[in-house]
Amino acid sequence: MGASKSVPTREHDFEDLAERTGFSLDQINNLHKRFQWLNNHQETLRREDFEKVSHLSLNPIRSQIIQAFFDRRNFGKGGVGLVDEIGFEEFLTVMSYFKPPNKKLTNEETEANRTQKLRFLFNMHDTDNDGTITLDEYRHLVEKLLSTCETLEEDTAKAIADAAMLEVAKITVVHMEPHEVYEGITFEQFQQILKGIEVERKMNIRFLQMDTTPMRCGK
Amino acid sequence: MPALSQVFGGPRRSPGMRWSLLAAVLILSVIASSTAASAIHTKQGNGTTPHTDPKTNGTITHTKKAFPVLSVNYDYVRMPFEISLWILLASLMKLGFHLVPRLSGVVPESCLLIVVGLLVGGLIKLMGEHPPVLDSKLFFLCLLPPIILDAGYFLPIRPFTENVGTILMFAVVGTLWNAFFMGLMLYGVCQAEGGQLGEVPLLSCLIFGSIVSAVDPVAVLAVFEEIHINELLHILVFGESLLNDAVTVVLYHLFEEFANEGVVTVADAFLGVICFLVVSLGGILVGAIYGVLGAFTSRFTSHTRVIEPLFVFLYSYMAYLSAEVFHLSGIMALIACGVVMRPYVEANISHKSYTTIKYFLKMWSSVSETLIFIFLGVSTVAGQHVWNWTFIITTIFLCLISRVLGVVGLTSVINRFRIVKLTSKDQFIVAYGGLRGAIAFSLVYLLPEDHFPMKNMFLTAIITVVFFTVFVQGMTIRPLVELLAVKKKKETKHSINEEIHIQFLDHLLTGIEDVCGHYGHHHWKDKLSRFNKAYVKKWLIGGERSMEPQLISFYHKMELKQALMMLESGGPTPNVSMQNIQPRRTVQERLIPRLSRGREEEIRNILRANLQHTRQRLRSYSRHTLFDDPLEEEEEDLSEAQMRKKRVEMHRRMSHYLTVPAKPPTSPPIRRVRFESENQVFGSTPGSTASSRFQVSVVPSIQLTRAPIAHMEQMSQDSVSLVDESSSSQQQDKQQQQQQQGGQQDSETGGVSTSTGSSLGAELSASEREQDHLRLPRCFSDPGPNKIDEEEEEEEGDRFGS
Repeated sequence: MGASKSVPTREHDFEDLAERTGFSLDQINNLHKRFQWLNNHQETLRREDFEKVSHLSLNPIRSQIIQAFFDRRNFGKGGVGLVDEIGFEEFLTVMSYFKPPNKKLTNEETEANRTQKLRFLFNMHDTDNDGTITLDEYRHLVEKLLSTCETLEEDTAKAIADAAMLEVAKITVVHMEPHEVYEGITFEQFQQILKGIEVERKMNIRFLQMDTTPMRCGK
Repeated sequence: MPALSQVFGGPRRSPGMRWSLLAAVLILSVIASSTAASAIHTKQGNGTTPHTDPKTNGTITHTKKAFPVLSVNYDYVRMPFEISLWILLASLMKLGFHLVPRLSGVVPESCLLIVVGLLVGGLIKLMGEHPPVLDSKLFFLCLLPPIILDAGYFLPIRPFTENVGTILMFAVVGTLWNAFFMGLMLYGVCQAEGGQLGEVPLLSCLIFGSIVSAVDPVAVLAVFEEIHINELLHILVFGESLLNDAVTVVLYHLFEEFANEGVVTVADAFLGVICFLVVSLGGILVGAIYGVLGAFTSRFTSHTRVIEPLFVFLYSYMAYLSAEVFHLSGIMALIACGVVMRPYVEANISHKSYTTIKYFLKMWSSVSETLIFIFLGVSTVAGQHVWNWTFIITTIFLCLISRVLGVVGLTSVINRFRIVKLTSKDQFIVAYGGLRGAIAFSLVYLLPEDHFPMKNMFLTAIITVVFFTVFVQGMTIRPLVELLAVKKKKETKHSINEEIHIQFLDHLLTGIEDVCGHYGHHHWKDKLSRFNKAYVKKWLIGGERSMEPQLISFYHKMELKQALMMLESGGPTPNVSMQNIQPRRTVQERLIPRLSRGREEEIRNILRANLQHTRQRLRSYSRHTLFDDPLEEEEEDLSEAQMRKKRVEMHRRMSHYLTVPAKPPTSPPIRRVRFESENQVFGSTPGSTASSRFQVSVVPSIQLTRAPIAHMEQMSQDSVSLVDESSSSQQQDKQQQQQQQGGQQDSETGGVSTSTGSSLGAELSASEREQDHLRLPRCFSDPGPNKIDEEEEEEEGDRFGS
């Protein structure tokens, strides 16, 4: 997908983006400023640019987050694979997954919202894009989550991931013969097991209150 | 009484028996209350007799009297006797309610208790005595703290902090609005009414307004606990009731002072605001200091486990009292103390202490609550009432109006800042759940009579309001909740997938916030937890327990629970087991011979037979010799044979471990599980004991130091496959596994597990396994003295660390 786009003529394209992603113009302006600060006023954003965000280095799932920005599956255009650089539109699209829901949403809209956010999460886990989260991928995830603990035994993460997979299998699959192998968590199963945590309520960032001043402090 | 014991024994009692039991309880309670009444009578009667030496009977006379064989001296025990009698009465009442099935479903307990109080009060009055009025000092110093501590210690932190802005708005602004609105409107009505009411000054109305507008935590807890409403609403109403204490205290003292002065200036109002900040922040600070002290103390209690709960209670109570000394908000101090202390204390104390704390708090708060409501009823009968229709009706009316207006108004403001908006259903519940209770009553009671001549009228009004909210609102809230289909509390705890993803989401959102450059909620939470981990935990948590990440402890807790459930139920074979999960391995590893049906049966029979042989011995349980947890016993010098036997046991246990991983002593509920010392045992080299002791490790990683890794993998896989099956088949599979190992492994595992598996050897190990197996469930539930003994028995070789 074309990552190199010419700098959009502000107003017109922003309105376009606002319509598509659902952000307000203020928010888009803020995010654009942030985008430009991150990539030093270039046209596109690369992975190295994320190192400017110093606090991100303390995050255990840093690489997955950064990867999510460059994952075509999140761009909403049906592509697959990874890109090396993204433009503002893609940046905004990824950010739109974290937008709080507008005032009144019907049940279907809430459902659609939740599905969308869950899809984003699923894509973050399913790194090889085979449609399932395999045990290895899950283990990788748990290891990363626990990587901040120094005294960790390497097999604990594995055991936790095993137990989690077992739980998913138990909940979603009615019965399996002992010789069958559970391939992995499909998206539907993923939705099912995470029904309880109301992702659409939790996975939100207050873009409206984003402050542009910290950016000037060279953070 | 055999009949009674029969009644107590069976779960299904015939209605007749149930009613007879209820009647017995009622009779007992009537006797109790009448004794209490007569006790009061004798108290008043005895007040006039000259003080006599408690041990002798009557006055010393010089004439010879017959030696008194039986004498009565009630004075000696009067005070504790009465107190115990009241508490007994309260508990019997509580007992009685739950025997009547329909009643407790319809009427909230608080209502029933007030009715009982009314009855008892009436009874006492019939006897011609003055029923005791709820003594404010008793209330604030003895009855209230346990309830608040219970609430604060078990406060769900996450929803609280997520909604703290909303809660504060409701608590501070809402209460202020209520107080002033009510006070002013009441004054207006009083003036309009004229007559006796016209003499009520503005300040009195204001103080009355401030007292009556505070939502009461006791009443809220009592009612909300029974309706199981969803977490958000519960924490909103409950949090508000806790935090508005500061506002109430300030307003109360403020208006009281003003009533004394007579003149109010702007400077005074300004000082009032300052006072509010001091009261609330000061209270929190005092609580936090005591909390840190408590956490620090708990770090050193590893040798005196028995008194650990005491520290928690004492520090919290001291926090409350210290805050009260300075007229700071005692409730906020108590909450802050509990909240601050809890994570560190729980990491430090033993499992038993944790259970003790939990149950003592629940018990005390339950008794307190019961007593409060009963006393409310009794005080109603006791007080001198001045019934003024206008005033009282207006009060109730205004209460409702102001509450509704306040909630609606505030929500419209708050919703602009919330991601998850409050719907009108939510608002209704929040408004309707604003119950008043005993705190308001006690505060009115404390008003000095001389400054407030209409105190009795206030008392009557307050009692009416309390009755109204508790009875009408309390009883109708449950059907309303059903009617409005308000979301209920999610009963089950998070599954491990949910936990993982909640943590994942936390990190993800923090990361995205960082990318955006937005210092939001997650950012600060992340910073706080980092600070906590880096500095605070090192100080307040003893040993290496500070390193445990939350996910692991959660995982272990859950696995323990699951294993417990599984073992105790001897559950059916689950539909999916571990081996389904494992990715396809190479063909070689899948050559697992399976036991034939016949052999399985045989093994099962052997095991069942051996089940009979377990011995049990009871040892007298003295609190001074409370058994040290296994973790504290080090295994030394094990002979080679013992080691071999132990290794065998280990293999067997490994199949447990995937569901019950050996635990690090971090999370309280599973902490002193025996398996830990098995870790120690396992490490055949002494060097590994120390490290394995605190390892967050799961069996597959607890490897026989000499076993090749490949074997371990396979073994773990096999043992993994055994995990979910029933206990007996577990035994059988262990047997199978041992046989395999015997076949495939070298002599390392020793003679016991040869594939020829002489039946004798099998039986021996089987019996050992059985005993161990029996120990398992016992050790999951709170281990009693039995546990200790069995270990003593097996001692020598088999000290699997308890």
